[in-house]
Amino acid sequence: MFRILRGDYGGQILIALVILACAIVPYLNLYVPASSPYHLSTFTVTLLGKYLTYALLALSVDLVWGYLGILSLGHGAFFALGGYAMGMYLMRQIGDRGVYGNPDLPDFMVFLNWEQLPWFWQGFDMFWFAMIMVLFVPGLLAYVFGWLAFRSRVTGVYLSIITQALTYALLLAFFRNEMGFGGNNGLTDFKDILGFNLQSDQTRIGLFIASGVALVLGYLSCRAIVVSRLGRVAVAIRDSEDRVRFIGYRVDKVKLAIFTFSAVIAGIAGALYVPQVGIINPGEFSPLNSIELVIWVAVGGRGTLYGAALGAIVVNYAKTYLTGALPEVWLFALGGLFVLVTLYLPKGIVGLMSRRQKELGAS
Amino acid sequence: MKQLDSLREVMRRDEVFSFVKSDKDVQPITDRGVILSLEGVSVSFDGFKAINDLNMAIDAGELRCIIGPNGAGKTTMMDIITGKTAPDEGRVRFGQTMNLLGMSEPEIAQAGIGRKFQKPTVFECLDVAENLELAIQGDKSVWATYRAKLSGEQRDYQEKVLETIGLQEAATHRAGSLSHGQKQWLEIGMLLMQRPHVLLVDEPAAGMTHQEMDNTTELLTSLAGEHTVVVVEHDMDFVRSIAERVTVLHQGHVLAEGSMDDVQQNQRVIEVYLGE
Repeated sequence: MFRILRGDYGGQILIALVILACAIVPYLNLYVPASSPYHLSTFTVTLLGKYLTYALLALSVDLVWGYLGILSLGHGAFFALGGYAMGMYLMRQIGDRGVYGNPDLPDFMVFLNWEQLPWFWQGFDMFWFAMIMVLFVPGLLAYVFGWLAFRSRVTGVYLSIITQALTYALLLAFFRNEMGFGGNNGLTDFKDILGFNLQSDQTRIGLFIASGVALVLGYLSCRAIVVSRLGRVAVAIRDSEDRVRFIGYRVDKVKLAIFTFSAVIAGIAGALYVPQVGIINPGEFSPLNSIELVIWVAVGGRGTLYGAALGAIVVNYAKTYLTGALPEVWLFALGGLFVLVTLYLPKGIVGLMSRRQKELGAS
Repeated sequence: MKQLDSLREVMRRDEVFSFVKSDKDVQPITDRGVILSLEGVSVSFDGFKAINDLNMAIDAGELRCIIGPNGAGKTTMMDIITGKTAPDEGRVRFGQTMNLLGMSEPEIAQAGIGRKFQKPTVFECLDVAENLELAIQGDKSVWATYRAKLSGEQRDYQEKVLETIGLQEAATHRAGSLSHGQKQWLEIGMLLMQRPHVLLVDEPAAGMTHQEMDNTTELLTSLAGEHTVVVVEHDMDFVRSIAERVTVLHQGHVLAEGSMDDVQQNQRVIEVYLGE
């Protein structure tokens, strides 16, 4: 484990900060009295937890974009699918506490006059099953999609457009009530997870720590790929795909494996995101979300992993701040940010920092 | 004619039915006899016949030069052998038994045919040693690649190749920072790491200084024998310095074959090269 972080100062700092946050945040929230200026409100804890899941999502995008050269404009779809799997479990946990008090059916199904639970909702009352689905559903979609796309050697802009179409198609599908995922409203009104009340401070802290742990493990697993020979093959594919074929690697298989792995990580991020924000709806499939996510990675600095996590946190903090302070400015700021980063900071914030360091070292 | 051909294919006595045998596991005989053969290969792009009934056989251990004016189909021929382009008709065999048609580029590369491109393509973001490491012979499935580590023996071989291509000092430099000639050499080094039976080398002398060209000549000559080397080249001086046998391609067809002197005396070759 320490071997793969050797020389990766950014990664070491990131992991140290996340672990530190997992130790300090619970303390400031639970044990510092609310009157103290150092008290951290539960709202803030949830917000930070949300940022951590975004950071994990950004990692998954950086793995395929920064290293493999696949610009996926549909990674939000895998995030949302993981979120839906978790949402279905949380829906089933509501039991008879819903508005209609039906112990077997979620409210929206009662509202639609459905008689019984559809087959694809079976098993989601069990946590372990839902967790397997969190990994399996995004992974399967990525596998099937990738198998078709990479085998036919679809690359570059065309691939980006197809991924975009994929997430848009899912958006439209999930909007339909007949799909059985709550249509427009999605899944919400969650009560508890594994028997713990979702509204309680302790559960929020638990979810925050779980997100931190997932981010660290996600970072380590991505890093393990990147430093292995497979990671170098990925970089080689990014730079010269044809050449890689002629030295004997099955490019389609390498892409498929890494793309699927990345989708699974995005799914995990989605599953941690949903209980913290308390809702999952088709809006998460919106192409805009996936594009925004690419911007996080670009702003942070692609091809470094920790840069992607940094970018996700920085941009989302800015978003939270700006949408609160100057709501109408946010979209302009986001667009402007992307233009500026592309023009002046091709390697993102991370690139800027390492350039500074070199200048300091030289002078 | 087509029916007759397919009937002949079925009646061939030197082969069993293709569905009986497994293509994948046949190990080609690569130490003697003909190692690479093209029979009646044709391919056309949008009606233009890039390769027209090409017949050629290359013996194991040979150093063969292929020359020809621009558009003679030299690179297309390499594309066909390495699986990048599928011919419209004809047969391409590796050893006596392995049918290269229908195999993918990685499969052909794994079977032991290595290729150096006209434009040197190395992985610029990786360093020289990593470039060589990626090319190393072995299991190249996803999981094996993820777990892969250089064994002691492989490390020694990598050192040896670095020495052969004269890039020991540059081992940790990024491949993108190398000069054009060094990139050519690195690509040849990547070929060597694959330990192929056949090396297809496309214009190795392009962009090289005289000194570098001499070194390349020496290297290619020393590789022949143990390996089979097929060189496509424009530079006649270079060809003269290495070739045992020369094949002249013209309009996708073999125009002449023989020693360099024979070929240069050949009236038709002179016509093609020097004009009417």
